[in-house]
Amino acid sequence: MTRIRSILLAVAAAAAALAACQSTSPPSGSGAAPATAARSENPEKQLLVLNRVTWGATTSSAREIAAAGTERWLEQQLKPAPRPALPPAVQAQIDAMTISQQPFAELAMAVEQQRRAMVAIRDPAEQKLARQAYQRELTRLGREAAHRSMLRALYSPNQLQEQMTWFWMNHFNVFQGKANIRAYVGDYEERVRAHALGRFRELLAVTSHHPAMLRYLDNANNAANRINENYARELMELHTLGVDAGYTQRDVQELTRILTGFGINLSGNTPRVRPEHQGDYAKNGVFEFNPNRHDYGDKLFLGQTVRGRGPGELDEALDRLARHPATAKFVSRKLAVFFVSDNPPPALVERMAEAFRKSDGDVAAVLRAMFRSDEFIASLGRKFKDPVHYVYSAVRYAYDGKTILNAQPMMGWLFRMGQGLYLHQTPDGYALTQDAWASPGQMTTRFEIARTIGSGAAGLFRSEAAPAADVPAFPQLSNALYHASIQKTLHPQTLSALDKATTPQEWNAFLLSSPEFMLR
Amino acid sequence: MNRRDFLKLSAAAPLAASSFSLHAAPAGNPRLLVVFMRGAYDAANLLVPHGSSFYYEARPNIAIPRPGAAANSALALDATWALHPSLRASLLPLYEKGQLAFVPFAGTDNLSRSHFETQDSIELGQGQDRARSYQSGFMNRLASVLAKRGQPIAFTGQVPVAFRGDVQVPNVALRQLARPSVDARQSAVIAEMYRNTALAGPVMEGFSTRDGVIQTLAEDMDAASRNALTARGFELEARRIARLMRDRYNLAFVDIGGWDTHVGQGGAEGYLANRLEELGRGVAAYADEMGGAWNDTVVVVISEFGRTFRENGNRGTDHGHGSAYWVLGGGVRGGRIAGEQVALTPATLNQSRDYPVLNEYRALFAGLFGRMYGLDAAQTERVFAGVKPKDFGLV
Repeated sequence: MTRIRSILLAVAAAAAALAACQSTSPPSGSGAAPATAARSENPEKQLLVLNRVTWGATTSSAREIAAAGTERWLEQQLKPAPRPALPPAVQAQIDAMTISQQPFAELAMAVEQQRRAMVAIRDPAEQKLARQAYQRELTRLGREAAHRSMLRALYSPNQLQEQMTWFWMNHFNVFQGKANIRAYVGDYEERVRAHALGRFRELLAVTSHHPAMLRYLDNANNAANRINENYARELMELHTLGVDAGYTQRDVQELTRILTGFGINLSGNTPRVRPEHQGDYAKNGVFEFNPNRHDYGDKLFLGQTVRGRGPGELDEALDRLARHPATAKFVSRKLAVFFVSDNPPPALVERMAEAFRKSDGDVAAVLRAMFRSDEFIASLGRKFKDPVHYVYSAVRYAYDGKTILNAQPMMGWLFRMGQGLYLHQTPDGYALTQDAWASPGQMTTRFEIARTIGSGAAGLFRSEAAPAADVPAFPQLSNALYHASIQKTLHPQTLSALDKATTPQEWNAFLLSSPEFMLR
Repeated sequence: MNRRDFLKLSAAAPLAASSFSLHAAPAGNPRLLVVFMRGAYDAANLLVPHGSSFYYEARPNIAIPRPGAAANSALALDATWALHPSLRASLLPLYEKGQLAFVPFAGTDNLSRSHFETQDSIELGQGQDRARSYQSGFMNRLASVLAKRGQPIAFTGQVPVAFRGDVQVPNVALRQLARPSVDARQSAVIAEMYRNTALAGPVMEGFSTRDGVIQTLAEDMDAASRNALTARGFELEARRIARLMRDRYNLAFVDIGGWDTHVGQGGAEGYLANRLEELGRGVAAYADEMGGAWNDTVVVVISEFGRTFRENGNRGTDHGHGSAYWVLGGGVRGGRIAGEQVALTPATLNQSRDYPVLNEYRALFAGLFGRMYGLDAAQTERVFAGVKPKDFGLV
């Protein structure tokens, strides 16, 4: 796309300054910043940074980055406050959810009890009703999780953490349509969020012990002499080393043996464990390591022996996987694809991988190395938005500061564009590159959605609880942000098309359909 | 000389000689639909090797019962192979009419057993021995060779890897079809914004495909349509695909997921049976909806690899190697099991685990394309570089 070259020329001057910047000043949450920082950076460049590092620029986020200066603002994003202050109207919606109020273990057990009661019903008609009620409850819980995820993505000040949460949820994908995972995804995501900018090894620990993953990739069924390779294979191929890292079918089988016994206990009973292995039994919520199901033999994994001894074997295997050079490279490259380019420069990936290795997999350190690179600056405004970026950025821009009441329309748009939350069936997660999302059929769908959002009739403010209480809100696209920076970035062809709009609704639809709005 | 020996000899003959004698340019408008079963379906329970006692030993819980009178028994095709009983109403009649052939032991040399790696590798159709280009799928190269003779389309939400390349291929997801709300004037304004940009092609193609599809399917999309009311799952989609391929498109791709059955895949009944039944019904509906055009249509159903021959600890199967492909069409010389085969014993399994690949898919497709389109050696080389076509006499 040569048309954004003009923007990039403007950025280029600022690029060297940003890349050379040192983070000598400690991050501060106050937003007070040296006035010089604000003066020396132009709004168009900051708009580009916002569009890349957040889920989409808004008038208020433009004020924040202008006040702090780009470098300090980025540092704040890399080290966010552990409990972000959400707008009260957002926090109130989250607080009212079942998944916020009920501890996860209790929730999982309650859902399981409902299932067991349903299965026990003899009368087919009654059982059918019970089954429907059970499915409705699961669906409700899955929707709560998606709604909460969207509220955080739209309104959390920790925008980078939110993007990284989506990134890791995609990297460690689970599909909510399988079994009862709809009841699990909310907790799974909260745990991933907590480590989204932390250590990769912690993410591996979280995902490998979470019932959502153990169920999704069938490890809950993996037991000594009744092995199931599904999770072991994807743990190496998709989560850590990558497919070409030289491991063999034998390694898959050995990791499968290491993973035996890691599962789920929804019964509330504790199994009888042979005396010599009693100390190995572990339970945390509904997660369980059951020694009776574990293969205690020694394993030969990635060329080294793992002594058979119980749950510690997995820790050893995860250490080995997390510290493997192939993992540093695989994960760094994927981050670079997500944040920089569909074909990231190998030199950048290598620098990020080095930061990964040196910091023992500190995600923030890897991202910092990336943000400071010339390649990152040069790529701003050139990355095609995938559907989730497209939808979130449109809603953030159109309704800055006004809290949506209903996330269903957004879920529907993402579904139509093929990128629904928790809806990717296979463990590879959604593609991160343009060729997966810019096909003819998808562009047409995108324009339809632009029209829906632009018209103000999208239903985002029609409360699910009280549909009558619709508080329609007109999307404010011709706002301060537009006039301060966006307008200057538009190509004459786009401006000329906007002039052809006959109504404000149509003007909105055209702007959201423009080539510039497809990029971040 | 029996038929199989004859075909082997033909395949072994020099390409230049055979391309003139066998590949006379066919008349009519040949249509090709490739159906990709994503997730590596368990071919051994679709095409049941009922002549192998090892099959029944290897699958104590999920084997399909031997052919017999019971409703859940496999449907014998010959002394060696039988069909899953869930396909009695859909695929069996096509097989008996001689319009369906199976090619067992089919697949790729790629042995990673990674779904994603192998799907890509198959869709790209490039040799394992050379650097991979993600911008050149084999169906796009075929479209390129066919030039004006080909009207390609993907019936998928995204353009699949198989269709990536120089030819602009439209896509449309038929399950979620809705009447457009962006009108003609608005579409023109949007198209104007994209003039001379990198996305101009997809945007223009998207609008024109949308209009064409809506025009063809307008009746079907009305709530009163019989199909929209009665068809379940893939069947509705398949009928829509047929209408579009009857009138507008002749080179198409669609995919269906949900075949990765590590746990509880079932036997004569259960999860896999339901998926097969649904797919079989869809394929039969497609054949029905094509009407007279079925006679010059070929449908090839493929998957990335097969599954373990032995069931695993959870009454499912893990990732394997060789698969079984289906080839259907009004003009297909079916009613038979085609290609190289081997008796299934512990000794003949690949890595003591799964089906070997005896029928490499690119050679199979190259042979098929030669027959369907009368491609010469140079054209075939452009689609599948370095591949020697194998002619199984399928069309």
